[in-house]
Amino acid sequence: MSNPQQLRYSKEHEWLSDAQEGVSTVGITEHAANALGDVVFVQLPEVGDTVTAGETCGELESTKSVSDLYSPVTGEVVEANQDVVDDPSLVNSAPFEGGWLFKVRTTEEPKDLLSADEYTEFSGS
Amino acid sequence: MGRIDLARHALGVFLMSTAPRLTALDGVHRALGATMTDFAGWDMPLRYGSERDEHNAVRTKAGLFDLSHMGEITVTGPEAVDFLNFSLVGNVGSIGVGRARYTMIVAEDGGILDDLIVYRLGEAEAPEYMVVANASNAQVVLDTLTARAEGFDAEVRDDRDAYALLAVQGPESPGILKSLTDADLDNLKYYAGLPGTVAGVPALIARTGYTGEDGFELFVSPGDAEKLWNALMEAGTPVGMVPAGLSCRDTLRLEAGMPLYGHELTAELTPFDAGLGRVVKFEKTSRADSFVGREALAAAAERAESAPPRKLVGLIAEGRRVPRAGFSVVADGKVIGEVTSGAPSPTLGKPIAMAYVDAEHAAPGTPGVGVDIRGTHEPYEVVALPFYKRQK
Repeated sequence: MSNPQQLRYSKEHEWLSDAQEGVSTVGITEHAANALGDVVFVQLPEVGDTVTAGETCGELESTKSVSDLYSPVTGEVVEANQDVVDDPSLVNSAPFEGGWLFKVRTTEEPKDLLSADEYTEFSGS
Repeated sequence: MGRIDLARHALGVFLMSTAPRLTALDGVHRALGATMTDFAGWDMPLRYGSERDEHNAVRTKAGLFDLSHMGEITVTGPEAVDFLNFSLVGNVGSIGVGRARYTMIVAEDGGILDDLIVYRLGEAEAPEYMVVANASNAQVVLDTLTARAEGFDAEVRDDRDAYALLAVQGPESPGILKSLTDADLDNLKYYAGLPGTVAGVPALIARTGYTGEDGFELFVSPGDAEKLWNALMEAGTPVGMVPAGLSCRDTLRLEAGMPLYGHELTAELTPFDAGLGRVVKFEKTSRADSFVGREALAAAAERAESAPPRKLVGLIAEGRRVPRAGFSVVADGKVIGEVTSGAPSPTLGKPIAMAYVDAEHAAPGTPGVGVDIRGTHEPYEVVALPFYKRQK
């Protein structure tokens, strides 16, 4: 697998797109999706919710486990991906594309997000 | 900092402490890119790709499993039957040559130490039985049997390293196996086993499994395991067989309503508490009817009649959140039971669970039953087990 160069990554296996008019897209990496296995349920923050970097904002369930979803940045949720709620397998089949989770108008961003190369080295894949 | 909390994986995908044991097929699994997991001290394939695809393949075509972690114990000697009847809850004396029996071993207080399959391999002149224990309990079963053998003219042999175990499960499995053996599979009934040769490899061929499908378990020498795996893959791939990991094995057995030790079966429960009192035989083909746990089990049988304990039931979600082992079952805001196993069911397309619930809420269709999923009471339908039964 390869991690798209244009994204930035958290050490906790999330990706964040560059802001366009202040709005970034958030998802989980292919490495994380593979580790989780088949995702069967996704609970996302709702439009208008304020998410805070490092705090829970949803959950992902796979066959064997449930994982909390944390926001990589602080801001206001402007869109949640209804397609991935309806078909959670998009997280596995297209984690960097159709399996994106939510869009956030960022007000504050941590300074230690990783580049694609740094994340590849960090995650080993 | 944002994070996906991978450390919460139930099977500890990322957290391996001590060096696990490897099966004879370890290299095969790695070559296939399997996600491995530590299971009862063994490094086992959790899944090769999508566990849902593997599950569906077993239901509709076939799956090939490495189950070499299971614990084989051989019992021989003139008093093998008397010894096993004394040590186990079933009537081993009624197992015919070449047949197998699902049974249990309990402690003196009736608590379940493990559930087992006993295969009768030898004729009356040379009694030989193979006891197959769960990997997590194999040492306890071996130690317990060894201790209970005192005073019997019977030998208990640790054969855990003598066998690799491959399972071919699913509707295509008879055809796949037939292409590789001359053994008379048509007359090999469910819960029977016979020695034979598969793909040139000597094997004990058993028609047993843990998936709810027709299928076979093949006990072979570890040195032959890879040769047999490759032959099975070559024969099975054209008809849709895929390698299948422990993750789908768990959802397959859950749909089939089959108990798993540590979940539905524990040392705190008797077979009667688990709804499996039928495996206990108070009258045995043996010198005496005495067996370990007899008095406690007789009392448990009576209790199950007069004051029914919690009952093992099936639960089907109305929503999509998945119940997990340990979650509370609730009704009218009160805890009325506990989930023992839960998973998204690929066949039903909904989350399902097995749970022990108070007798008054155990009837199928009982209204108002839910599961407490992280603080939210999600509605669930009470159903009789199993969730899935294959069409024969």
